[in-house]
Amino acid sequence: MPIENKTIDRAAREMLRRTADDGVKTVWDRLEEQEPQCGFGTLGICCRNCLQGPCRINPFGQPDRGVCGATADTIVARNLLRSLAGGTAAHVDHAYEAVEALHKLSEGNVNYEIKDEAKLKEIASKLGLETENKDMGELAKEVAAKAFENFGGHGSEGLGWLEAWAPKERIDTWAELGILPRKADREIREAMHQTTMGMDADPVNLLLSCLKQGIVDGFAGLKLATDMQDIIFGTPKPVQTETNLGVLKEDHVNIIVHGHVPLLSEKVVEWARKLNNEAKDAGAAGINVAGICCTGNEVLMRQGIPPATNFLGQELALATGAVDLMVVDVQCIMPSVATVAGCYHGEIVTTMPITKIPGAEHVPFTLEEADEQAQKIVRRALESYQKRNMDKVYIPDEKVSIVAGFSVEAIVAALSKVDAADPLKPLVESIKSGDILGAVGTVGCNNAKITQDSMHVEMVKELIANNVLVVATGCSAHALGKAGLLHPDATVKFAGEGLKKVLTAVGEAAGLGGPLPPVLHMGSCVDNSRIGDLLTALAAYLGVNVKDLPVAASAPEPQHEKALSIGIWAVAMGVLTHLGLPPHVLGSAVVAETLTGEKIESLVGGKFYVESDPIAAAGGLIAHIKSKRKALGI
Amino acid sequence: MEQILVTPERCLGCHSCELSCAVEHSPSKELLAAVAGGEKTVPRVFVETDGKLNFPLQCRHCQEPACVYACMSGALSKEEKTGKVVVSEEKCVGCWMCVMTCPFGAIIQGSDHKVIKKCDRCPDREEPACTTACPTDAIQFISVDQFSKDRRRKYLTVFNSQREEAEQL
Repeated sequence: MPIENKTIDRAAREMLRRTADDGVKTVWDRLEEQEPQCGFGTLGICCRNCLQGPCRINPFGQPDRGVCGATADTIVARNLLRSLAGGTAAHVDHAYEAVEALHKLSEGNVNYEIKDEAKLKEIASKLGLETENKDMGELAKEVAAKAFENFGGHGSEGLGWLEAWAPKERIDTWAELGILPRKADREIREAMHQTTMGMDADPVNLLLSCLKQGIVDGFAGLKLATDMQDIIFGTPKPVQTETNLGVLKEDHVNIIVHGHVPLLSEKVVEWARKLNNEAKDAGAAGINVAGICCTGNEVLMRQGIPPATNFLGQELALATGAVDLMVVDVQCIMPSVATVAGCYHGEIVTTMPITKIPGAEHVPFTLEEADEQAQKIVRRALESYQKRNMDKVYIPDEKVSIVAGFSVEAIVAALSKVDAADPLKPLVESIKSGDILGAVGTVGCNNAKITQDSMHVEMVKELIANNVLVVATGCSAHALGKAGLLHPDATVKFAGEGLKKVLTAVGEAAGLGGPLPPVLHMGSCVDNSRIGDLLTALAAYLGVNVKDLPVAASAPEPQHEKALSIGIWAVAMGVLTHLGLPPHVLGSAVVAETLTGEKIESLVGGKFYVESDPIAAAGGLIAHIKSKRKALGI
Repeated sequence: MEQILVTPERCLGCHSCELSCAVEHSPSKELLAAVAGGEKTVPRVFVETDGKLNFPLQCRHCQEPACVYACMSGALSKEEKTGKVVVSEEKCVGCWMCVMTCPFGAIIQGSDHKVIKKCDRCPDREEPACTTACPTDAIQFISVDQFSKDRRRKYLTVFNSQREEAEQL
């Protein structure tokens, strides 16, 4: 595969020339070795859920059933539900860690603090807790207790977080369909039960459970995690920094934080700053921390830490030979990082009991000893720096400026500079007038099957040229950042006239001396909840339902099970959700057509839309936005 | 010239060769389109097993093809230039004599049950779909000479390790 087809990122291309010269395999080489990939897996028609199997269905004839009698429709729907349970489990487990941190800090057992008391109070009052004259620690304990209730419990009680924040119309719709979730752990457990041998064979019933997993993901995963993290680490405000591999510094000790949960990365950033002088003693100019994947987004949004690259670039960052230590927590960490680091330089440090990698060092990370362990990790990086061979360092001279940190609170704060009494009004008026045609949230991963960042960037350029406001999270936000689209200059260069006018007016009112960027970086993957909150607020302001808004979601380069569970949450919220490649469901016409057809749209208002061409996808999303505008009479 | 040659002990029975063969012989030649479009197609390679050994079998394109000799309508012929045994489906009368004479069972009836289908070694591709799809190289598109050489080399490795073991004793 030519390098141009692997990535559009110039830094990544430079590094791929290096790994090719050095004979170091990367994710793209391994994809080529896997090709052609198994057709049964691609179609989702293999089942290995019991020991009578593995079974596969012949898409062109016999056998059309597995040993137990399961058809392609059953197998595809079951496999999808299991994938969604995997994605949902990842987000709910992430949220659990954050709730546990709030609980422990409220008891004074751990060295974390409440950075955003206003958010704590706001959440507490939304949960119906008394906030007046209450000690913050006490309030945090009560909020943590309410938060814990989302995971487990007896009976058929629902999710408190959903009841407090989901629109009433959604709750009624989900209740009517019988997909209003009970506790998160119960729903994930039930999905595993529902899909085991001899259980649900009805593809439609299984798909309803898929929607239910999405709802669990959205409220007991995404929303809960974001809320806890904002309380503990602060609600993000706009920050300016740079991105791409050029943020690594040859004369500094370079530490990369990679993974998803900020409990670790925040502490690493804190101690890297505190121990900066020790780096000078070690002969370096200082300590430079950079991020990859969503923990990178977390410390970008709150600490201004520059993102080095996104998912597909994780090996390439190591190939610079300049990364002294990469510390990882959970999710999206390719096991190959240990091999690539072994070929160049640097130590991979795993920290979580459920994410260990052969060839990496394991330094257990616990909330109770977070400071000691973070210090230990930073000091390991100093030691590693001293072993670095400077002759083998090559850092591409590629980095661009970005602005990130657009929480809903930050967006409302910027808008309130235009209209302090009614902050949402200028945004809504711009949508009504057509200056802003609508909005699309681009989220999710990179996928080696798609030229890295190409779908994100080309589709988004087309959207903003057509006056569609784009908000982004996760690796999509990284991709757009590397392409310069998280910067005010991109508004001048790429945005349509109407969008440019609005972003300039808001930017100047907010004292930025220029427009807002055309793409607002709203955070990590769990921060998709922020997009959900913004849509909920907009719909409430307009007196319509979320499903009626001129908006859409997109995962242009999806890879992870989490992307699917976020996607089905968006669909359950009533949002059209684009995927840049199909999930493994095409072996069942029933499942594929249900997910993308009128049936699901009539039930929940949203559906999936698969399109692999970026310009065609933008066209499809714009057409959808226009149809929603028409229905609203604007 | 390359032949389709099989190392059966490497076959894990995944049936990827069958699937890719069926796709290559579908109208669209593309997995997702063929499945979504409900296209009719059958594979010309068959993974058979006796419980001990898996064997992906297809037409061996024999030098002395029993099927060609048995074909009374002239539908089957041996192409001199390529060495392939090919079928002209227009001429096939569906007498199934070839099916009875092929020792490998490599000839089948098409989904319309009227004429035969067999391996054509993917004339539109440089390398047949089945050998490309095989994840373990159990089926290879390789010259007989190279295949034999690989076998000899493999034998040497076995021979050497046995000798070394014997010396250590």
